[in-house]
Amino acid sequence: MNTKTASFSGNLIDFHDVAYYINVIPARAIVSGISLTIPQGETIVLLGRSGSGKTTLLKLINGMLFPSEGQIRVQGRATTDWDPIRLRRGIGYVIQEAGLFPHFTVAENIALLPTLEKWDAPRTAARVDEMLQLVGLDPREFAKRHPRELSGGQRQRVGVARALAADPPILLMDEPFGALDPVTRAELQREFSALARRLSKTIVFVTHDLREALLLASRIVLLETGRIVATAKPKEFLLLDHPEVRAFTSSLSIAPGSPS
Amino acid sequence: MNLAAIQSPSNWTFFTEHRAEIFSATFDHLMLVVIAMAIAILIGVPLGMLIVQRPALRTIALGIASIFQTIPSLALFGFLIPIPFIGGIGKRTAIVALVLYALLPILRNTYVGLTGIDPAVLEAAEAMGMTRAQILWRVRFPLALAIILAGIRTATIITIGVATIAAAIGAGGLGTFIFRGVALVSDSLILAGAIPAALLALLADFLLGLLERRLRVA
Repeated sequence: MNTKTASFSGNLIDFHDVAYYINVIPARAIVSGISLTIPQGETIVLLGRSGSGKTTLLKLINGMLFPSEGQIRVQGRATTDWDPIRLRRGIGYVIQEAGLFPHFTVAENIALLPTLEKWDAPRTAARVDEMLQLVGLDPREFAKRHPRELSGGQRQRVGVARALAADPPILLMDEPFGALDPVTRAELQREFSALARRLSKTIVFVTHDLREALLLASRIVLLETGRIVATAKPKEFLLLDHPEVRAFTSSLSIAPGSPS
Repeated sequence: MNLAAIQSPSNWTFFTEHRAEIFSATFDHLMLVVIAMAIAILIGVPLGMLIVQRPALRTIALGIASIFQTIPSLALFGFLIPIPFIGGIGKRTAIVALVLYALLPILRNTYVGLTGIDPAVLEAAEAMGMTRAQILWRVRFPLALAIILAGIRTATIITIGVATIAAAIGAGGLGTFIFRGVALVSDSLILAGAIPAALLALLADFLLGLLERRLRVA
């Protein structure tokens, strides 16, 4: 379905001097001065403390929010020029609590976008099976379950499967593993890291966990109070001389094995 | 009505001798309730859906529905009699009053059900590119259904009770026995109205409760 979008080359997501304010008087900037270019196939991790504006940047990409200043281009077109429904259907979205539809089975959750896009039944069913296997869940065992019959980790797996079902070129992930226990989290991080490399999607991943950022990112973007303060490849990131970078690296050494 | 039977000490004899009348009054009563509830649902549920999107309308609609609920039922029936078209003596006026009473629980539960959904679910739905209509019909409404039904259940039980008062303005139903019983100081007559009304309420409560549990998710 995404022949047009898949053939798009160059920068998939482009922030051009973006600011987002809430409250008109007095205006309060949630993010400001954001310029960021995300090429096809890259996994960008937005790292920062709570309230640093990470989630706001995600919502600016899929048109849940629109910039107060500047412009965000997705596949070469400003988010304000997109039909928001079309824009979002080309962007997978995974959030912390998974946000699965509790009245749908696992299969129905994953099939939602294919159904809305009017795929025929055999193609949808095949896609659901394929997605479940992709995230390591046996379709025979899990397809007919409801979200309440899943563990937290399984729910997140289904959340990822649902986001990938319509084969979007872009995947946005907002602390997807944040609510899981440390063991399950590490397991999902490893598997997702392998999955991300295999899929060659453009991924924007939000976290406040430096270990997660180091594991998954092809590039880490560090945010502090709504501004980008550092951008680096994981290996270089640890060597950066910036107070906020040091704050994050020291959090690693203080509490090994139990991030935040 | 047979006066000898009314004065008879045995309630049971009275019931068996008048079972045809009691059944027919129960049926009339049920019809009043069913018609009033159907109208109240057809108004209350769509209105509840509408006020989710319109905060200004929400205050007004819930306010007016609450006011009707505070008017004593006998007074409301009385108020309606002089009003043209909807008023007068008989079933039509009674149904209007019953609808006004049933509206608040249905309206309020529809609103609460539609707005009380896990924000993560709604965020995911929006981010996946579902339209507002798709979110309403495929996500909000099915998830709110059990709560809406709980409102309908409450409203039904209120309506079965209040409908006994409708006999005061000549709408028939089980209230006819009760009012006559009070006037003639006859326990048998009062019970002939009160017992079937109570049974109807219990039955409705049970059946709608069953349905509600089946529709509840997570």
